[in-house]
Amino acid sequence: MEAIFSRPKAMSSTITHYCPGCTHGIIHRLIGELLDEYNLKEKTVGVAPVGCAVLAYNYLDVDFIEAAHGRAPAVATGVKRGRPDLFVFTYQGDGDLASIGMGEIIHAANRGEKISVVFVNNAIYGMTGGQMAPTTLPQQVTSTCPQGRDVQTAGFPIRMAELLSSLQTDSFIARVSSHSPRNVIEAKKVLKRAFGYQVSGRCFTLVEFLSTCPTNWGLPPKKATEWLEQNMIPYYPLGIFKTPEEGKVK
Amino acid sequence: MAKKLMKGCEALGEAAIQAGCLHFFGYPITPQTEVPEYLSRRLPEVGGVYVQAESEVAASNMIYGCAAAGVRVFTSSSSPGISLMAEAVSYMAGSQLPVVIVNIVRGGPGLGGILPAQSDYWQATRGIGHGDFRVIVLAPSTVQEAADLMIEAFDLADQYRNPVMIIGDGIIGQMMEPVEFKKREKKQLPEKIWAASGAKGRAANKIHSLFLDPVKLEQHNIFLKKKYDEVEKNEQRFELYNTEKPYDLLIVAYGTMARICKTSIALLQEENISIGLARPISLYPYPYKAIQEAARKAKQVLVVELSMGQMIDDVRLAVEGQRPVHFYGRSGGMVPSPEEVCRELKRILAQKT
Ligand SMILES: Cc1ncc(C[n+]2csc(CCOP(=O)(O)OP(=O)(O)O)c2C)c(N)n1
Ligand code: SF4
Ligand SMILES: [Mg+2]
Repeated sequence: MEAIFSRPKAMSSTITHYCPGCTHGIIHRLIGELLDEYNLKEKTVGVAPVGCAVLAYNYLDVDFIEAAHGRAPAVATGVKRGRPDLFVFTYQGDGDLASIGMGEIIHAANRGEKISVVFVNNAIYGMTGGQMAPTTLPQQVTSTCPQGRDVQTAGFPIRMAELLSSLQTDSFIARVSSHSPRNVIEAKKVLKRAFGYQVSGRCFTLVEFLSTCPTNWGLPPKKATEWLEQNMIPYYPLGIFKTPEEGKVK
Repeated sequence: MAKKLMKGCEALGEAAIQAGCLHFFGYPITPQTEVPEYLSRRLPEVGGVYVQAESEVAASNMIYGCAAAGVRVFTSSSSPGISLMAEAVSYMAGSQLPVVIVNIVRGGPGLGGILPAQSDYWQATRGIGHGDFRVIVLAPSTVQEAADLMIEAFDLADQYRNPVMIIGDGIIGQMMEPVEFKKREKKQLPEKIWAASGAKGRAANKIHSLFLDPVKLEQHNIFLKKKYDEVEKNEQRFELYNTEKPYDLLIVAYGTMARICKTSIALLQEENISIGLARPISLYPYPYKAIQEAARKAKQVLVVELSMGQMIDDVRLAVEGQRPVHFYGRSGGMVPSPEEVCRELKRILAQKT
């Protein structure tokens, strides 16, 4: 019988620890499929974050380094500068990348490190049990903003894709979503383009994925998907923000 | 290679290149900025990579990544910068990565000053960051020794899969002295089969310090402890000076301070006062036994440091209360003259014991 659907070679058979309805697993799968499609399994080094995806190194069957919280872009810089022949990507949450690791991501992008960043924005700190993230929406309730995010004291959520696309250095920056099959298909195309730029040694690449956290949003999976669509997408518009060919496009 | 007049910082940079380390990530800070300056010029000439990081936090995490990929790498900084590196040092020790870190110590705490000090002894010898781990720490007292130890540091790092720190002070970093990079035999070192360098024809390697299962984390800690036991058994380095003939008092000092004390000892020699010196070269592993034996031959011990008294803790551990242990130190960038140390020695010797 012909197999029409199977696990990508770049993924291990380990069962993930992600909650039901969490889209971290879908994003892992897209990475696995693309590593297969580009035939990169044997020349890839992934850098895992501190966050719910800390154990990504167990789920993707490629060489991996587990970084300190927020430092993945610096770790990836070290790998890529040491071994420019390798395909190097980081996988980071919004607390990891946009809060504690803000300095590392901006400077890696600004130096034009030839790495790929998979940025998973679920508007919350998942791993530590649902605290406010720099991406938490105005009025969104979390365990550390029980009255809802007050923009007077916490500021507005940071749009990382827009912020990074304002840098002059060449890069590919996009935002996609993982909440529906249509969006996942589109996300894969965008991530494929991003990985392609690294394969050809072109530029820094970052794809921001809007992602669900049903557990800490306090919503059942289907409701979480709807909440993402109704609340996150209006604040975090999807699209391509910057390409090495056209510069800033959005 | 012929002898060349070099600043300590430049000699450290050149020694790294001679050791086959062609990757450097760092951030400027006085009094070690000559290291990144030298390497930003020199590394491109030899096909190496120099990256100026956005901070010491980033620089230390860059060496984490580079070392994890199996590449020889080092960074250099001074006290406030080393504090920022504490996080990555802990991760690198936990995931057993070979890196070399230079600390050209300046006075503290806080922003402190920029002049020579030895006030980071505790930080360096007690692991630097969080967790149960050790960093091998080597303390040169001349520019030549700095270059020699730097080259050795890379081999030690590879051999034990552990961070190694070269600790100096502003005098070692800034002083110009003749240096010779001798041809040396290449050490047989284990292949880096553990590196995250692309899983070609093998199972994927995972570099991590996370062990959620307490049984596994304890096993990991026991494994690391065994490694440190080996380091303590094999890698103690020290110099004994003027200890062949009987001496009344033993000085224990390291780095620049030991060098000043040698002059004090020579000055007192002219007055027929005999003083011995024990100079730890490896601050971790600390040469406890050598210090103890040298101390037993004296009536009393004087620890001299460019700090308010940090290494004295280890000297006391070595001496185990068998001899009185005195302390003399200057801090904040103040460096005592040989005569000043002589005065202190005479004062102690004049006391009734
Ligand atoms: C230095 C440091 N500070 C804090 C933490 C605790 N911590 C672990 S994960 C995390 C937040 C993770 O949130 P995010 O990056 O959004 O990832 P998610 O779990 O949502 O995928 C925090 C604060 C840590 N591990 N290290
Ligand atoms: S806590 Fe949230 S982000 Fe983490 S696995 Fe569960 S649903 Fe996903
Ligand atoms: Mg998050």
